[in-house]
Amino acid sequence: MAGYETVEHDVLVIGAGGAGLRAAIAAAAEGVSVGLVCKSLLGKAHTVMAEGGAAAAMGNVDDRDSWKVHFADTMRGGQYLNNWRMAELHAQEAPDRVRELEAWGALFDRTPDGRILQRNFGGHRYPRLAHVGDRTGLEMIRTLQDHGIHQGIDVHMEVTVLTLLRDGDRVTGAFGYDRERGRFRLFRAGAVVLATGGIGRAYKITSNSWEYTGDGHALAYHAGAALMDMEFVQFHPTGMVWPPSVRGILVTEGVRGEGGVLINSEGRRFMFDDIPENYRGQTADDAEEGWRYTQGDKDARRPPELLTRDHVARCIVREVREGRGSPHGGVYLDIAWIAQKLPDAKAHIRKKLPSMYHQFKQLAEIDITSEPMEVGPTTHYMMGGIRVDGDTQMSTVPGLFAAGECAAGLHGANRLGGNSLSDLLVFGKRAGESAARFARENRASTVDEAALEAAAREALAPFDRGTEGEGAYQVQHDLQEMMQDLVGIVRREDEMERALEGLAALNERAARVGVTGNREYNPGWHTALDLPNLLTVSEAITRSALDRKESRGGHFRDDFPEKDAAFSTFNTVIRKGEGGRMELGREPIPPLPPHLAQIVEENR
Amino acid sequence: MSAPETRTAPAPTAGGGMAAVEAGARAAAKSDRATSSAAKTATFRVWRGDAAGGGLVDFTLQVSDGMVVLDAIHQIQAEQANDLAVRWNCKAGKCGSCSAEINGMPRLMCMTRLGELDLSQPVTVEPMRAFPRIRDLVTDVSWNFAAKKSLKPFKPRAPDAPDGTWRMDQRDVDRVQEFRKCIECFLCQDVCHVLRDHHKHDEFVGPRLLVQAAMLEMHPLDTEDRVDDLRRAHGIGYCNITKCCTKVCPEGITITDNAIIPLKERVVDRHFDPLAKLVQLVRGRKR
Ligand SMILES: Cc1cc2nc3c(=O)[nH]c(=O)nc-3n(C[C@H](O)[C@H](O)[C@H](O)COP(=O)(O)OP(=O)(O)OC[C@H]3O[C@@H](n4cnc5c(N)ncnc54)[C@H](O)[C@@H]3O)c2cc1C
Ligand code: SF4
Ligand code: SF4
Ligand code: FES
Repeated sequence: MAGYETVEHDVLVIGAGGAGLRAAIAAAAEGVSVGLVCKSLLGKAHTVMAEGGAAAAMGNVDDRDSWKVHFADTMRGGQYLNNWRMAELHAQEAPDRVRELEAWGALFDRTPDGRILQRNFGGHRYPRLAHVGDRTGLEMIRTLQDHGIHQGIDVHMEVTVLTLLRDGDRVTGAFGYDRERGRFRLFRAGAVVLATGGIGRAYKITSNSWEYTGDGHALAYHAGAALMDMEFVQFHPTGMVWPPSVRGILVTEGVRGEGGVLINSEGRRFMFDDIPENYRGQTADDAEEGWRYTQGDKDARRPPELLTRDHVARCIVREVREGRGSPHGGVYLDIAWIAQKLPDAKAHIRKKLPSMYHQFKQLAEIDITSEPMEVGPTTHYMMGGIRVDGDTQMSTVPGLFAAGECAAGLHGANRLGGNSLSDLLVFGKRAGESAARFARENRASTVDEAALEAAAREALAPFDRGTEGEGAYQVQHDLQEMMQDLVGIVRREDEMERALEGLAALNERAARVGVTGNREYNPGWHTALDLPNLLTVSEAITRSALDRKESRGGHFRDDFPEKDAAFSTFNTVIRKGEGGRMELGREPIPPLPPHLAQIVEENR
Repeated sequence: MSAPETRTAPAPTAGGGMAAVEAGARAAAKSDRATSSAAKTATFRVWRGDAAGGGLVDFTLQVSDGMVVLDAIHQIQAEQANDLAVRWNCKAGKCGSCSAEINGMPRLMCMTRLGELDLSQPVTVEPMRAFPRIRDLVTDVSWNFAAKKSLKPFKPRAPDAPDGTWRMDQRDVDRVQEFRKCIECFLCQDVCHVLRDHHKHDEFVGPRLLVQAAMLEMHPLDTEDRVDDLRRAHGIGYCNITKCCTKVCPEGITITDNAIIPLKERVVDRHFDPLAKLVQLVRGRKR
């Protein structure tokens, strides 16, 4: 077969965003040898784009905060489908994980007494997000990267993993190719951690980069692991809508946290019109109270713009559908109005939201200190993913671990902003440690040459078809268009049935894709290899969404617009069944133990 | 002063209300003009080839002003040359992947709008020159990652508080945050003549890593000493303050004035000013 290079590590971490880096650092600290693989250059993973901050109940700004309140907020946001053990560990450990970053050089914004400053964010009762202006992700990934490179970790940059290797039930390594030369590489390992991020590229309008093709989800699925909660995709309410080429780029929630308001074409602040019952007690009565909240008044409740993302996104969709949208099919987000409240508002906005200022100025020629932005929903985050054990992060397949966005459980039906960055740190560390322990007891084993041969042959097949096959970009484009239209923010049975038919057709087209050029840094080829992963996750999303005949969190059914208690007792689970067919099941959620039930009750 | 409209007061008011809508409509009209979605034709003269060699190839396509150069490259990739190699991730100026030379200027492709270029002439798009070529617009920037490892890592002072945390003043943090904004696009490395023309990669770490060194040296918690390294291993003396790096930095970091010159001063103080050196020794600290 085509030659390949072999490398061996105790622990192989796939993905070098926040979760992967943190896992690699943790595994290295356990004294095992660690390899870290990523599709891009080091430091460029999605985590770099995160803006608003990392949620941790340190109580630096409001000492009423505690892990218990954070836990209750996370569960409420997730509509109680969360893996409660993960929500508990996350809330308890996030403060230490954030402080640890400071010990590694991170510089967060400060309180007047010199501690880490925390900001308000949707769904969080108290100011909780440690941040650096609106570039928190950069601070986090750079800190982990600069610390990580001195921990003896072997980094394999611009290498894409195509398949996981198994010995019996156990995962024992991975097989992939380097982008630069297109040569194959075999990774033998005692344990593998997946930290591959999300799936946003399955949709046309997204805040996610080309990397987000659901690779980890698909790799785990084909290795026999269960996926969970795949119907829950987060559509962020505020993406850019104009000009067309920037459609989908994120406008951070921080804009609303600093006092930005949503306005329709009639000048109405429509978010006050629809406040869900379970958030009424925590939401401001009027604009004045909302403003005071954003300015740190502890007696004020949050403005309705800071309700959970699923809700805000649907309100925007409603305004647009009912003809009250802005000229380019969004609504207005206005931060400039705070000039009525603050003497030096323009400078204040530039200081608090520097990259938003820059982004709109440069890409849309809009000055956000004097003009409102046009915004609309954009595919942003995948709550669903690989089903893991809450303590160890091991998937349902021995030796295979998952952390970060590609894992499921912490966020339930809807993620609160800021809970992802802290998720990466808490569960990245746990996954790295568990994987190291597992690897010490389970050595890398023999390699199934035939499986490698098959994987290599399949990867090279598009070259054989050459110009006779269809280009991968067209298939990807049609998939994105279809998922956006048929399995987007508002879903219906008939549309999703059509999507399943569409997916079958797209699968056939994907199997006939052809590639020109050679194996060296060939994006056409890379896109062809990403396609099967996108198709796998799209099918998992569609099947799960069809099965959940209710509306909850990120999942909204036009034909079942209400929440249904009968659906609150299980997680939807996807597995690869006999003959390679996708099978769907329902796993009951274990009841909350009394100490956690009490916390939920106290924070109702 | 009235707040934006409320549930109880639905009449449009100032600020976030009707005024915002009017301003928004104005802005939308303005950005329509600026981004005139009316398609026009433009030619992109893109360098294609690999380490062995290559040349400029013309691609003609329909574009609009609202597009950025990276959009045009993607369109070429999708429609005319599937295998055109380019790096990108965020498409929002945050990851520093898409560096190239556009009409000879080192820039991020995702932050260069077509509206600011003269489209009556072909737009040239070439890979960075200071690094070995891999394919088309992709260069081998691995040297930057290796060179970074040669900088001594962050070493914090003991925590200030019993709970293991530190107290820092926002002003001290602000100074260093300027350097931490760096997105590692390596455009400054690309433009610096010491690397680009004189190929001193073995002796000089380049402006990006001098920014990193400045970040570490001015970090409020750091206790490490990098001054000797700066002079010897990192070759700070090669920099003759041409400020080309500062001009191209997409993050607006004042590389020369705020990072390199203060570092040079430290080196000079230490090595050529016996008095300063003595004072430093007596105080036992670096600043
Ligand atoms: C614009 C934006 C703003 C955000 N803001 C916030 C915020 O303020 N707060 C917050 O908490 N969250 C935020 N999020 C969400 C958060 O940033 C992400 O969920 C998080 O960074 C994901 O981290 P990760 O480590 O799981 O994956 P990533 O950082 O995406 O890393 C994935 C890694 O896996 C690698 N990889 C993928 N597939 C393969 C493969 N086949 N082979 C090898 N390597 C592979 C990639 O190369 C990459 O290195 C934001 C997201 C976006 C898009
Ligand atoms: S100022 Fe120094 S580092 Fe910057 S480009 Fe000129 S010589 Fe290079
Ligand atoms: S200092 Fe500026 S130009 Fe240089 S790598 Fe960093 S962001 Fe790019
Ligand atoms: S693609 Fe990230 S900076 Fe251009």
